[in-house]
Amino acid sequence: MDITRRRLLVLLPAAAVAWKYVLAGTPEASPNYKLTDHWWGMLLDITKCIGCGTCVRACAEENDVPDGYYRTWVERYHVTDWHIERPEVESPDGGKHGYLHEAAEGGKNFFVPKLCNHCVESPCTQVCPVGATFITPDGVVLVDKTYCLGCRYCIQACPYGCRSLNPKTKTAEKCSLCYHRITKGLTTACCEVCPTGARQLADLKDPKDPIHEFLRTHSIQVLKPYMATGAKVFYNGMDGSVR
Amino acid sequence: MKRFKDTEHLIRLAAVMVIAVIAFVVLRTALVPRSFGEYGHYRGAAIGETAARPVAFAGHQTCEACHTDVVDVKKQGKHVVVACEACHGAQAKHAEDPGSVQPKKLDTAVVCARCHEANSAKPSGFPQVVTADHAGGLACDSCHKPHRPKIETETEVKK
Repeated sequence: MDITRRRLLVLLPAAAVAWKYVLAGTPEASPNYKLTDHWWGMLLDITKCIGCGTCVRACAEENDVPDGYYRTWVERYHVTDWHIERPEVESPDGGKHGYLHEAAEGGKNFFVPKLCNHCVESPCTQVCPVGATFITPDGVVLVDKTYCLGCRYCIQACPYGCRSLNPKTKTAEKCSLCYHRITKGLTTACCEVCPTGARQLADLKDPKDPIHEFLRTHSIQVLKPYMATGAKVFYNGMDGSVR
Repeated sequence: MKRFKDTEHLIRLAAVMVIAVIAFVVLRTALVPRSFGEYGHYRGAAIGETAARPVAFAGHQTCEACHTDVVDVKKQGKHVVVACEACHGAQAKHAEDPGSVQPKKLDTAVVCARCHEANSAKPSGFPQVVTADHAGGLACDSCHKPHRPKIETETEVKK
């Protein structure tokens, strides 16, 4: 087909209208889910974590996370006596296959699962130049893949190292708190499979959620509180050496 | 009195500016997605798109709807708190089409060890063994049944 001037003038507006529909996106998938009724976070109980890596494997499978990249991972800490400021931390393959080798002797050893803290004042959202990263009205920090430029500002900004650049799409990659699951009434993949209940999804706006009772009755910490990020991943039984 | 004799260049400039403003408004409406700014400085429809992804892990409630026999066995043992897909892996596809998609048989030497291999970093109350000393090369499931791992003595079975 020859492209004449006349034809091009007809095609261009048609393409523009079509593009607009592409950008408009699909409507929300969960009709009964109300954005304003929830405020999501997570509870991580260090005293229960056995470092089996089931969460890491489940996350990779649920979210098609490429090999060598992690949206959640498990670290093993080794802290010798008074060297609280110099812990030895290891996380071979993100702890994906569990820790079958014994930890170093002396001092104390424990596991720390990590993931995006879904901060209320999230630094990654603040630095995004195009509005590709945002916090939803129900408190989850997400990435809009179609908007992300791949500039990596957010990766530098995250104080928790929770972001990476997807090697295929070249867009920012992060934990979505299994947004496609929690909006359907399911829990996240990592919380679903955690065999000891060390990870628990929490809806802070739900008065019936057991998280409220737990937060009241336990000594709770968040990672790097001095960064004032408003982290919503709460840790129970966390040692002061955890960075 | 006429102060400005020659105003044509001003009108031309104004016309160019008006055209520029109109072009800006038209282009902006065409290029900025409709849902941008719905909730904040981002594309509101991205929330729905993220939520629309299919799930891979069906969730233990879905498994329990069919496998009631396993639920009854698990209830009697400590593994009652462990979700099905913690060991069996993602089974949403199996739940959708149980006939043609079958879960793989598990290798207990790998699956059990991930949780129960002894490690000083694990909470001390958690049951742990050094597999090499404990099993003597035997597969875990030759003694322990994974859904109800405790080995019953004869009196317990009679009860």
